[in-house]
Amino acid sequence: MSVFHYYVVAAILFSIGAGGFLLRRNLLVMFMSVELMLNAANLCLVAASSSFDLARGSSFALVSIAVAAAEVGVGLAIIIAWFRLRPSVDAGDLQELRG
Amino acid sequence: MDPELATTIAFYVFALLAIAGSVGVVANKNPVASAMCLVATFVAVAGLYLTLSATFLAAVQILVYAGAIMVLFLFVIMLLNLSHETFEGISVRRTMGGAIAFAFIFISIGLLWGTGPKPGEAMSVRPGTGLEIGRTFLKDYVFPFEMASLLLLVAMIGAIVLARRPKLVGGDR
Repeated sequence: MSVFHYYVVAAILFSIGAGGFLLRRNLLVMFMSVELMLNAANLCLVAASSSFDLARGSSFALVSIAVAAAEVGVGLAIIIAWFRLRPSVDAGDLQELRG
Repeated sequence: MDPELATTIAFYVFALLAIAGSVGVVANKNPVASAMCLVATFVAVAGLYLTLSATFLAAVQILVYAGAIMVLFLFVIMLLNLSHETFEGISVRRTMGGAIAFAFIFISIGLLWGTGPKPGEAMSVRPGTGLEIGRTFLKDYVFPFEMASLLLLVAMIGAIVLARRPKLVGGDR
């Protein structure tokens, strides 16, 4: 397998994630799409790291997994706090900051 | 069986599973079903890491993503009682968003074309093991490693503060 095959899979995963983020209005599903994009980026990092024979890319992927875990914790807490205010997870209802 | 052939077969199986799972995440009306498809995608990506011989990352992917993050997602879905079907229909703007995302597949493949080792060249099989990653972190990247742990601590405190009941914080709602 050449590294390019992995890049193609990562590109497809990233695009599906980006499409889900743009198409869906459910906050939780949008959040899952962000996770898909993060996974695609990680896959790219690991593939590049093993094609260049360096452990650095894999280490960056590990840091990125840690950041993703932190992001999910804070993001879901924000969704819960928002849900207390307005019982809806539709992104179209997030208009509090509109003047 | 020839190990090269086995790796190729495993790559295609996991790649197809990952793509099918990610389509399921986006296309499912029920958030719980989306979350289950997301688990399938994470497991498939872990399998792709294994075909790259990044064994440690595959284990971390299963533990952190499929274990911790998905449990958190399902907890929130169940807690907010969101397991009913929600689909918002299609508007012109969302169709444009989908078209942009679809175009992005080809844009990114075009940008990546010809980068890295030449296609067909065999991939080397060393990095990504726990030994190599540990060496990298504890020799060259000690500071980012510590920063990651600090970030996780801050995120933990932040999540607790954010998800607390508003009246305990002293808000007026």
